[in-house]
Parts: sequence; structure tokens; C-alpha cells
Amino acid sequence: MMNKLNFLKPDRKNLNTYLYSGSFLFFIAIFDVFLSSFFKINITSFLPNLVSFLLPLILGILGLHLIRIEFSGIKNLDLLNKNINTNNFNATLTLIIIFAIIKSIAPVTSWFFIDANIAGDTKEACTGSGACWTYIKIWLRRFIYGMYPNELQWRINISFILLIALAFVGYFPSEKLRKFLTLYYVAIYPIIAFILIYYLISGGTFGLVWVETGAWGGLSLTFIVSFFCLIFCFPVGMFLALGRRSQLPTVRYISVGFIEFWRGVPLITVLFMSSVMFPMFLPEDFFMDKLVRVIIAISLFEAAYVAEVIRGGLQALPRGQYDAAKSLGMGYWKMHIFVILPQALKLVIPGIANTFLALVKDTPLIFVVGLLELVGMLNLAKTNPEWLGFAMEGYVFAAIIFWIICYAMSKYSYNLELKYKTDR
Amino acid sequence: MSEQIIEMNEVNKWFDDFHVLKDINLTVAPKQKIVVCGPSGSGKSTLIRCINRLEVHQKGKIVVDGIELSEDTKNIEQIRAEVGMVFQQFNLFPHLSILDNCTLAPIWVKKTPKKKAEELALRELEKVQIQDQAKKFPGQLSGGQQQRAAIARALCMRPKIMLFDEPTSALDPEMIKEVLDAMVNLAKAGMTMIVVTHEMGFAKEVADEVIFMDEGMIVERANTKEFFANPKSDRTKVFLSQIL
Repeated sequence: MMNKLNFLKPDRKNLNTYLYSGSFLFFIAIFDVFLSSFFKINITSFLPNLVSFLLPLILGILGLHLIRIEFSGIKNLDLLNKNINTNNFNATLTLIIIFAIIKSIAPVTSWFFIDANIAGDTKEACTGSGACWTYIKIWLRRFIYGMYPNELQWRINISFILLIALAFVGYFPSEKLRKFLTLYYVAIYPIIAFILIYYLISGGTFGLVWVETGAWGGLSLTFIVSFFCLIFCFPVGMFLALGRRSQLPTVRYISVGFIEFWRGVPLITVLFMSSVMFPMFLPEDFFMDKLVRVIIAISLFEAAYVAEVIRGGLQALPRGQYDAAKSLGMGYWKMHIFVILPQALKLVIPGIANTFLALVKDTPLIFVVGLLELVGMLNLAKTNPEWLGFAMEGYVFAAIIFWIICYAMSKYSYNLELKYKTDR
Repeated sequence: MSEQIIEMNEVNKWFDDFHVLKDINLTVAPKQKIVVCGPSGSGKSTLIRCINRLEVHQKGKIVVDGIELSEDTKNIEQIRAEVGMVFQQFNLFPHLSILDNCTLAPIWVKKTPKKKAEELALRELEKVQIQDQAKKFPGQLSGGQQQRAAIARALCMRPKIMLFDEPTSALDPEMIKEVLDAMVNLAKAGMTMIVVTHEMGFAKEVADEVIFMDEGMIVERANTKEFFANPKSDRTKVFLSQIL
């Protein structure tokens, strides 16, 4: 005996009928959008314009309505219904999102790949309507190394490879050396990094030609600035956070004043001051490189933010932890190094990662003092008379590079969080 | 009176306007076990927290093991290393294993070599019967085990005095006994102990003297038998009738 079909209220009886008719309608809807997006074919052109335009949506809603069967017994179908197909409104939103994705895939792929050009060496090679990757290809060296002389770029490469290799030292320590790891990363590694960059990239000694920092630029400068700012702002921020909670009024007021000052001014102003005002306060014959000044300025600026993030972690710790450490005879520094900071820093990994990501993305602002990192070089290239009109490609390129850097950092911070997770 | 290990003389303390401790006079001889009881808010915890200067007293004089408590930091760390404390909330360090909890202070405060500190810690953990939990983290232990670990941690500093601040109040009833057993054993081993607790059974078993506090004052101090059999003050009688 055939059960009565009620299309307004699909249920488990006649499950297959509902399922097949629903999926059929749904796939017709998707197929219609797919054809119109990729092949510019409108299979419903015989209908009035508006109906033809809305048809996939209507069919899709009907289809999703039919497969919305409670407790169907099919795991994936239940999951689908629960998450994206709970009622007609959700079904509509789901469809609109699916259609938007399908619609956008076609133009995006054609701009990025199908109609794009990468061959040739001049602007004239770019004939397609898509992106002109030739522009990126030709300028790639400048985007990575800035104005650093081509024949000396091996110096940047070698120092970066060495720095990355040295950063991995922490993965193979023997038991004996393990306790020096923190010292290595906090003190020794930054010093090695500075020496490498000073002697190898800057040069001037050991028969290496001196390259002034004004010629540095591009992605390598982004890395150098971010790297040193991250390394410096963290300990400074940590001391400021401790200082702000200190019992000693002088230390506390200085910390509060410092933090509130740097948090209150825009970074761009700080950079201007570092290049324009700061030298005025220095003795005539004292010279400090503008890159160094910029790194100090950004580090102090970000340190104020890091300090407040760390202070949040310090405040989250129960007072009992301080009591216990004190009752065991630990003084201020021992208590903080072994008991308080390890716990507080662990709590604020997400906040620190946030600040660090913001720092990396703030580095383009150093253009105000004439240093051109990746985005700065893009702006320079885009105004080159030979290559006018390719700003879009440049910004897309920069966006992708920054996204990769930031995503890697956020993944790393997430790993750290998992690694140091302990339950209370 | 140099044979007294703790001497408190006219000690007063205020939290802002609130007078928590009023003219406290208290002497404790070595190896003496003293239980402090009283209604909540009577200043018991504040009193013992003053002994290792987790709270600072404003008036009067406290001398612990011949050293007077003052603003001098070096003194305080020295005294704290000699005075162990066990808290109501255990306050183990959650980021360190039980063994590391026990060795941290001996290694960094007393400069004991790591190997020796670990041996000592294992011995103390064995005494409270959780040596098999040494590699675990505090979060993985039950409340009773955590509190026993906290006792072991304090003992690893080889203290002369042990302070207990309501050590069983945060525990489930079935775990109270294991902690009290550990404390009884410690008392039998001859430790000087000051215990703030509501466990009157424990007081009867180990305490030499019981102190009753109310409203920041020591109302009554008597030896244990006398205290329970024959309380002098009316307030003590009311308190005892409520909790016994």
C-alpha cells in the first residue's frame, strides 16, 4: 500500500521519494547557477527575466524543504539538516552563500589564472583582461630586497637562512643544555641576529661593501623590522606590566605614565617624531641610523600594548599563587620567574599573538620616514611610468604575502597554546 | 623567654577601618601544637598569616625563631623559608608536576642540588602516601591528594613551624580523613604546628592547647582537655555547643 504523500510536511514515510525529488530540485538549482556563471548559458531564458533570475533560489528552497526530514536515520542528512537547513530562512541563507561562491569562482579564477599574463618582460606583454603577473615577476627582486644592489643580495639570503636555522636550535637540545634554551632565545639569539644583520647585510667591514639602510627594503625589510620589534617589545612589555603592579610608587607611576603615553599616540606620529624630533635632542655629532630609530620607536609603542595584555594575565592569577610562592620563601623575582610569569604568559598567548600580528601589519607605516618595505616598494613601483596601472596586482600580491605570514604566526601561537595547556 | 619559637606582643592590625586583630598576645613553644578556632571573620586566618608576614601587622611586635618581623626583606624571606604554610585552597602551582612543586623552592631558595632535592621530595611524598603521583600535574589529582601534596611541598623546605589555614575546609567529606591523618603523623613526629580548623576531633587528638578567637581577640586559651571539658567564657560555650 502506498503511503499518502504530503509535500508540505516531509516525514520518514516515503523517505526515498522526498529525498530523491528534493535532491533533484536542489541540484537543478546549483546546475543552473553553475552554467550561467561559468558558461554564460541561461537554461531558463524562455521564462520572464525576474522569474528566470529567481528560479534557482526557488527550486533550491523547495529542494531543501523536501529533504528536511526529521530523524531520517541517515547520519549525514541529519547533520546537514541540523546545521544549515533548520528552516526555510536558514535554507535561503545557505543557498545564497552557495550561489555567491559559485558566482565568484568564475571571475576570480579567470582574473588570477585564465586571462592572466606572466610571460614577457614589458607592460606590452600583458594583453589579457586578467592580472598582469609579468609586473610582479619583473619587480619581484625589488619587492623582496628593495634597492639593495642585485649583486649583493646573497648577503641577505645567507643571513636569513642562518637566522632560520639558528631558530630551530631549540628542537634538538640535549638534556644538559635544555635549561639554557630560554636564555638562548631571550638573549643570545637576538644578539646573534643583530651581529649577522649588522655585519653581513649592512657590511662595511671584512671587505664587504657598506650598504646604507636607506637602500634596504621590500619583504626583507618587513622581516627585519618585525623580527627586532617582536624581540624587543616583549621583554620591555613584560617589565612594564610588572612595574605597573609594583608596590613601589615610583616604579608604578613611571610604568603607568609610559604605557598611557605610548598607547595614546598614533604610531604614525611616533614614527614622524622618531625621524624629525628625536635627532634634535641628540648631540650634534651623534648619529643614529633611521632604521634603528624606527625599530626602537615601534618596539616601545608595541611594548605598551604587550604590557597591558600581560597585565591581564597577571590579574587573572588567583592570589593564592602569590601566597604559596611567598610562603616558600621566594622573593619577588624568583616568585615571578618560576611561578607567576609562566602561568600568566600562558594565559595571554592569544592576546600576545594578536598584538604581534598587528605589529607585522603596521610595518608598512615606516614609509613615513622613507623606508620602503614590501608595501612601500609596491607604491613606488606602481608610480613608475613604465608600469602604470597595475596597482591591483601589487596589492593582491602584498595581501597574499601578509596573509601567509600572519596565518603562519597565528597557527604557531595556537600550537603554543595547546603545548602549554594545563588544567587547573 | 628565649625558648619560645613564636612571640606575638600586642599585635594590632586593621583592614582600612576594620580592626581585625586587637592586642594579640601569643607565645608558642617549640614542638607545641596549637589549634585556633572561632567563628568566621574572627581573625584566625589573619593571625596565622601575620606569622609569616603574608599579612603585615601595623602595631606590636612579632618575633619568629628569634627574628623580628619588620620591613627588612631579607629577614622575611629567611623566616618564610623556616615557616611552612598549607592553605585552604591548596595553591599548588598548576604548571608544574607534583615533584617540581616540591623541589622548586628547595632548589632555588635553599640552593639544594637538584638530585638531593628530588630524593627529599620523594621521601616527603612517600610520607603522605602519594609518591606514585609525583609525575602528575596538580589538576590530575583529587582534592585530598592535592592537599597532601601541598603539605609535602611545605615540608620539603624543612620548616621549623607549620601553619595550617583551614586545610580541610575545601575538601569533600570523604577526603578529610586522609589529610588529617597526614597532619596527625606530622604532629607525632614533633613538628611545631598552628592549625586553624573546625575539626574538633583533630584538636582533641593532637592539640596541646586550643585558642578560641572572636572579633579579633583571643577570648580563651587553655589546654585541650580543659578547653572542651570546662570552657570558661560564655562565648566559647556557645561556639562549642554549636559545632560539637
